[in-house]
Formats: sequence, structure tokens, C-alpha cells
Amino acid sequence: MSGLIVSNLSVTLGEKTILSDIALTAMPGSMTGLIGPNGAGKSTLMRAMLKLTPLSSGTITFDGTNLLAMPGRARAQLTAFVEQSGSTDSRLTAREVVMLGRIPFQSVWQSMPSPADLTEAETALAAVNMTAFAERLFHTLSGGEQQRILIARAIAQQPRLLILDEPTSHLDVHAQLITLDLLRGRAQAGATVVLALHDLNLAAAFCDTLVVLHDGHLAGQGTAEQVLTPALLRTVYGVEATLLQHPKTGRPLIAYDLPSRLRMAPPNSD
Amino acid sequence: MSSQTRLATISLSLLALLLASLVLAVIFGPADIEPVEVWQTILHHLGLIADSPVSRLRDAIIWELRLPRVLAAAAVGAGLALCGAVMQALTRNPLADPYLLGLSSGASLGAVAFLLLGASLLMSLGAFLGAGAAMALTLLVTQLLGGATPTRAILAGISVSALAAAATSFLIFWSATGDSYREILSWLMGSLSGVVWSEALLVIGTLALTGLPILLSGRALDAFAFGDTAAATLGVDVQRLRWWLLGGTALLTGVLVSVGGAIGFVGLIIPHVVRLITGSRHRVLLPIAMLLGASFMVWTDTAARSMFAPRELPVGIITALLGAPIFLMVLLRYRRIT
Repeated sequence: MSGLIVSNLSVTLGEKTILSDIALTAMPGSMTGLIGPNGAGKSTLMRAMLKLTPLSSGTITFDGTNLLAMPGRARAQLTAFVEQSGSTDSRLTAREVVMLGRIPFQSVWQSMPSPADLTEAETALAAVNMTAFAERLFHTLSGGEQQRILIARAIAQQPRLLILDEPTSHLDVHAQLITLDLLRGRAQAGATVVLALHDLNLAAAFCDTLVVLHDGHLAGQGTAEQVLTPALLRTVYGVEATLLQHPKTGRPLIAYDLPSRLRMAPPNSD
Repeated sequence: MSSQTRLATISLSLLALLLASLVLAVIFGPADIEPVEVWQTILHHLGLIADSPVSRLRDAIIWELRLPRVLAAAAVGAGLALCGAVMQALTRNPLADPYLLGLSSGASLGAVAFLLLGASLLMSLGAFLGAGAAMALTLLVTQLLGGATPTRAILAGISVSALAAAATSFLIFWSATGDSYREILSWLMGSLSGVVWSEALLVIGTLALTGLPILLSGRALDAFAFGDTAAATLGVDVQRLRWWLLGGTALLTGVLVSVGGAIGFVGLIIPHVVRLITGSRHRVLLPIAMLLGASFMVWTDTAARSMFAPRELPVGIITALLGAPIFLMVLLRYRRIT
């Protein structure tokens, strides 16, 4: 079986169940969006896939291999993760940050990057269109540029499974579209891309499959057309919405009903 | 590549500086020794030349007094700079230094306790035991707080430091008299006065044993630049590496402190100065910090023994005197660049 297969996954923290009996599949060449309200368990699910959070039950395989049983270094050669807000106090140039993605491939005795490391880093910089910024210090870049460099770091790991936690948060619209288009390109190049998203319209526009989490349970899985229904939006997000079609792409487009004036009004002082 | 040429130039210059500093520091002093005599003495004692033209007295000054002290100073400086850089990376805290885990306070307590018990010859042993006990206590508290994260380790270190410092002050207040005050002060400030071969070899040996594996973990330290999660997803076994590096730097620092006392500022400022020159990649930063730290310590220790000769100044006073303004300059320079 190719691609990512998560089955029967549960995570408990002390007495509290964070995720319960999650099952999902993500195919190579596809983009899978994890959606759901804050606290639904999206981040925990991604961390569990990367063995950053222990499971209480369940299995996670990629291309038939047990992801959790492999050594950390081997897993880092197969998977890459982009955190929601990656930041550093170190004075590193953009190229040096991208080069961090080569760590899983470098031996402890190697003191300088190999020619292959340099090539992969340049390829990754070019893939996110940031070659011109290679010598800039990372912390002087804008939020969108930093995000692209962090994605380049992940690309330098040559991952077959790329996982991203809300890669578009804190970005302006232009940077959001650039970032998601870039990830779409990675998927088309054969990677399995799994990402958590808050913006449902972006998720509908870019993802092949949506996985909906609600209170740690799986609330839906399928194409945007199948998953994004007014009923689901009401149950999971507590919003009323009308489903439209994008006039140019034909993808689903959500028009949210605005809350009534009564519900918007501030609480009475008496 | 130009950046690699630049790095090679910097490394070779610093290595040359260190070798020159070692020889000059041995020559420096009231006995008017010639450089050639230093080499003749060294070669003679290594058995490479049979008859040394150097007189027995001058031979003793070079071989018994100056060399062990100068070599110990170099090793202490290299070790402090290395441990400081590692602690700053591990805790992601630019103010971290080798003494963060309460090691220096523990060592001070051990040394002062042994001194006041009348075992002044065993001060180094007391310091090492004190440093070890303080580190064990810090790591225990860290674990009780829920595991090795930077913040917990720092908080545990602060509390253990405060406890040990209070106990040291109490001991001094209660029982120190006359001469022991100066001896205690000198030790607390850090001093390499009277270092003998066995101590120099202990420091050099420990530095070699712990230093190489720490240098080799440089790339894994780079992975910590974006925090624990990023390091883990880059294939680093975060918990294991952190415990082993904490243990390794603690052992090394314990030995350094037992020989030289709590010499301040070297472990804090040298890594910052080197970062300004070479950037933050640890495979480059760590060895260059060691080279610079070694030269810095050799020169400050030479100043400590000759500025007010024949009286000795605790070298910690000089490192602090130089360290504070250098640290300020580094901070200002950072601000200008960013």
C-alpha cells in the first residue's frame, strides 16, 4: 500500500482523550488538508504521525513501512515537518537554515556540506523562489519569506511525506496563495503533502482530500465537495453557511452567514 | 570557495596566535627566558634531545612553574568557551554560561568547606565533589519538574546555585579567619596560581576526552536552532543528546572549576565574539571558540601573575574586567547588524 495510512490512532494525555480512533489515508501526489476548530486535535495528530507525541493505540505506515518503528534519522530522511511558527535566536542566513534540512543525511565526521548537500539546498531555495535571499539573515526576512525558507528546509530533506502545521497563518493573501501553490507543486512532483489549515476556502481550493477533526474525533473525510456541507459546518464549527461555486475554478466556495445583530451586541451591563 | 578559505584563514591565524601565546607566556616573567630555551627545555623533557644547554634553575622555572600553568590556562580557556557555547545552544539562551547548572556555586561550597576543615591541599577535590553534587541536584530537580527542558534546567540551576551560595557565605561568616579569607576570595574569583603538572594534565585529558565527542555533536546542536521539535524532525534524539551534552559539559566544567576556580565571563563572551566572526554553525563555532578561549585565558592569566608581581591577582578579576566591556561591545555590534 503506498502513501500514508493512519489507522485506529488514539492519543491520551493523562485522563484526557485528545484523539480517538482516527483513520485516514493520504496518497502520494495528493494534498490532504486537516481542518477543524481550534483544539480539535489537528496539531496532535500531526505530531503523533512524526512520533513527537506518544500514541496510546494505533498504527501509522508510509509506503507500507511502520513510521513509528524506524530510527529517528531514517524517519527524517523520509518525512519533513514545518511548524506553525518556526523562529530562531541564532544568527543564520537563509541558506544556512535550508542547509539544516541536510542534517539527516550528514555523518557526524563530515565537517563541511557535501556537494550533494549544496546542490539540494540550492534546488530547495530555487523551488521556493528564494535564491536571491540566500545570504540574508533569516530573522530579517518577512513572515512570508521566512515561511518559504522553512518550507525550503523541509524540501532539502527530500521528503516523500511533507507535513505542515498551518503554513499560511500570519501570512497576507498573496503569500498564502504563493505558499499553497508551492506545496501543490511538491505534491505534483510526487510527495504526499498533509497540512493543517484554518481557511476553509483555501483548503477547498488547494486540497484533494479534506479530513475533518472535531473534539478529537474524525468528523468527515473526502473531497471538498463531499465534506464541506452546511450540516457539517453547523455541527463542527457552529456556523451557518451557504455553499457556492468558484466562478473560475468551479471549486466549492463557502459564504458564511453573518451572526445576527443580537448575537453581535455586547452583553448588557445590567 | 571564499567562505571556506576565510574560515581556514581564521582557524590557522588563531592556531598560530595560540602557539605564539603559549611560548610568550612561558617567557614572560622575572627570569628573562629566551624562546629558544623554552623549546630546548620541552624537547629535552620529551626525550628528543639528550643534553639541554639550559641551566637547571631555568629549566625548573620553565618546566615546573610556567609550562603546566600556561598549558592549564589554555585548556581551561578552551574548555570554558566550549562549555559556554554548548550551554547557550542547548538552552537557546544567549546569557547561558558553563556555570548555569549551579556547578560553580557547588564547587565553591565544596572548596571552602574543605579549606575550613583544614584540608586546604584537597580544595580541588572538594571543588570537584561540590560541582558534582550541585549538578546531580540540579538534574534531579529538573527531572522532578518534569524533564530536561531548557527553562526547567535553568530554574533548577538558579535554585541550586542560590542554596550553595548561601551555604558558602554561612561557612565563611561562621568560621573563616585571617589568611583563609584571602585564600577563599582568590578561589572564589578564580585563579590558576600554583597549578602543577598533574592538574594541568587532568584538565587537558578531560578536555580531550569530552571535547571531541562534543565537537562532533556540533551539527546536532545546529538542529536545535529552531527548537526541540525541529531538532527531533531532523532526526536528532533530543532527550538523549541533551542529557549526554549536559553530563559531558558538567564533567568538564567540574574539572575546570576544581583546578582554576570559578573563572567568570570566558564561557559567556568568547562564544558571542566568535559568532560575530564565523556565524552560528557549531561545527565551526565550537573549535574556533576553543582556540580563542585558550589564547584569551593564557593572556589574562599572564597578566594576573605579572601586573602586580610578585603579588598575584585572581585571574577572574581580569576576565571580568575585560569581559564586561567586551560583552557590551558585542551586544552593541549585534544591534547594529540586525
